[in-house]
Amino acid sequence: MASLVAAATLAGTSTFAFAATEITWWHAMGGELGAKLEGVANAYNASQSDYKIVPVYKGSYAETLTAAIAAFRAGQQPHIVQVFEVGTGTMMAAKGAVYPVYQLMKDAGEDFDPKAFLPSVVGYYTDTEGNMLSMPFNSSTPVMYYNKNVFTKAGLDPNTPPKTWEDVEAFSKKIMESGAAKCGFTTGWVSWVQTENFSAWHNQQIGTLENGFGGLKTELTFNNPLVAKHWGNLKTWQDAGIFQYGGKGGGNDAPPKFYSQECAMYMNSSASRAGVLANAKDFEVGISMLPHYADVKPQNSIIGGATLWVLQGKADAEYKGVADFFSYLSSPEVQAQWHQDTGYLPITQAAYELSKQQGFYEKNPGADVSIKQITLNAPTANSKGLRFGSYVQIRDIIDEEFQQVLSGAKTADVALNDLVKRGNALLREFEAANAN
Amino acid sequence: MQTKRTIFPNKALPYLLLAPQLAITSVFFFWPAGQAIWQSFLREDAFGFKTTFVGLANYTALLSDPNYMSSLQVTAVFSVCVAVLSLGVALALAVAVDRLIRGASAYTTLLLWPYAVAPAIAGVLWWFLFNPTIGILPYMMEMVGYDWDHSLNSTDAMILVIIAASWKQISYNFIFFLAGLQSIPMSLKEAAAIDGAGPFKRFFTITLPLLSPTSFFLMVVNVVYAMFDTFGIIHATTEGGPAQSTNILVYKVYSDGFIGLNLGSSAAQSVILMAIVIVLTFIQFRYVERRVAY
Repeated sequence: MASLVAAATLAGTSTFAFAATEITWWHAMGGELGAKLEGVANAYNASQSDYKIVPVYKGSYAETLTAAIAAFRAGQQPHIVQVFEVGTGTMMAAKGAVYPVYQLMKDAGEDFDPKAFLPSVVGYYTDTEGNMLSMPFNSSTPVMYYNKNVFTKAGLDPNTPPKTWEDVEAFSKKIMESGAAKCGFTTGWVSWVQTENFSAWHNQQIGTLENGFGGLKTELTFNNPLVAKHWGNLKTWQDAGIFQYGGKGGGNDAPPKFYSQECAMYMNSSASRAGVLANAKDFEVGISMLPHYADVKPQNSIIGGATLWVLQGKADAEYKGVADFFSYLSSPEVQAQWHQDTGYLPITQAAYELSKQQGFYEKNPGADVSIKQITLNAPTANSKGLRFGSYVQIRDIIDEEFQQVLSGAKTADVALNDLVKRGNALLREFEAANAN
Repeated sequence: MQTKRTIFPNKALPYLLLAPQLAITSVFFFWPAGQAIWQSFLREDAFGFKTTFVGLANYTALLSDPNYMSSLQVTAVFSVCVAVLSLGVALALAVAVDRLIRGASAYTTLLLWPYAVAPAIAGVLWWFLFNPTIGILPYMMEMVGYDWDHSLNSTDAMILVIIAASWKQISYNFIFFLAGLQSIPMSLKEAAAIDGAGPFKRFFTITLPLLSPTSFFLMVVNVVYAMFDTFGIIHATTEGGPAQSTNILVYKVYSDGFIGLNLGSSAAQSVILMAIVIVLTFIQFRYVERRVAY
């Protein structure tokens, strides 16, 4: 108890001296996911009395990252911050700001085995020496949701989702001609789903140096013929009404198109599952893997979502609490529950096995599509993920150039060349700002 | 023209009287402006660990960036359109209300309401009205054969932000125009009417020139409004899109600095923006104010 008192005093917190040490956790989960996250924190707080996790919602992923950086510069940083996968490059470059998780767990004397985590998840967040820098928490991968009732109405087999993009086109036409729905498909996250995951799924390079894992001197390579073909097709499909654009970033206009049964198919994060099922009031939802072009063998998809980063500058006793919470968080029970509640991937093998044992996938068909898809093949250098500096801005550029294609201002080739040129300029800027 | 010089017998008093204003200006303007200028010469990583002096590199990068040039152009189009539209509509409304004998105060109150609306709310409101999926206006436009989509069509997006920004400012302009109109002596207009001048002739030869101080003041205020205060509207409607077609300078400062964490470039943009406003204000007072008769 003496050490606790010392810790509380040291930290200069306003908490009552005998109260538990408070640990702030900034996150970006609003709505249903936010409630589930609060549930995880509350369960941890109830499980012991030494520490108290205080989750604080900070807005979107980009806003949370920005807020954490601003707070760090002002010396007011939280202990834990949830950073989305495209912020990884920024966090990794900030060596003095980040307390790497492997180091934290070692210093706190907690058991920690990176091999317990899914390789496709863990690879994303380890440095070149294989040290895990952040704590995986909510990783997802895009899947395809489809409206089984519309499929039946259009004379399609509701249990045979389209496998290839050629199927998507043919099915969409059939659906539209039969009047079962007004549009074939829509998508959230054009950058993440139709560009980055599309590339990994087709085993295409996203950028040089193993998609940026190899260092700062990387260059984007989106301007390859396959991505150009796909973007061009999306434009053609948009003109034909087969595809409807859901907006930039996360594509906020896409989900209503699917919920209102305007579009028969919808590609988005596996973590949208809870929301999709809650909103699909008058129809049955099928979940399947992302489509691929018929002449290509699908590889594996890559993750999205976020991990938890620990920031420097707090008292040791508080970091002990962080480590203790991380151990709790990665326990199979907690992880399996989180996975089942939200649709995020089970990040450890044990959590996946536990969910299987509990019969979760039999009761919830399609809930395992995400994990099957991400582990379909052993990841190649092209499909293990991506790690670039300033990638939050590069995502914006992807959106902008894609909009130019859809509005007819540019062809897919020109847009992708411009995207690569603008993105590379940002990469050089980042390299200059972060070179040693 | 009379001289504006006043002689203070006490040498210290004028400085003392000015001191509070000078203190506030230094703390809230000169200090941050100085910091922005200094930061615009630096390159910094997001967390602020490594800072390098790069001289004018941030400026040269900006001036050779086609996106920045297009943002300048977008800002010019946007500001001029907002100023012209909101001044024009406000003047028309003010003239109409000024002619009313009964119910003028009721109209005035109604016309003032939009000014009480926060920019972000105004943005959301127009965003809803024009939303391609759920909005009522695109639905009506579709009936006359126009396919509205401000998430992809740059012109649509520009129209949307101009309408949203002007709508809010019309109220402000209206109340000043109305006050200006009501301070014009009735006898002047009556004399002109007796001399046989029609309503249009009276408006352009008597009313409008006598409104010039008000118009000048409003023009300055509107340009500043369009360049700075419309941030919330842009943020709530288009976020500068599609493809940066509504990315006005002040929004670009925010998105590059706060979202993109490129602090050097963002600081350089602020400095350029500050220079633009100083030059514009100078031109307005140096050349336009000469035509104003008080």
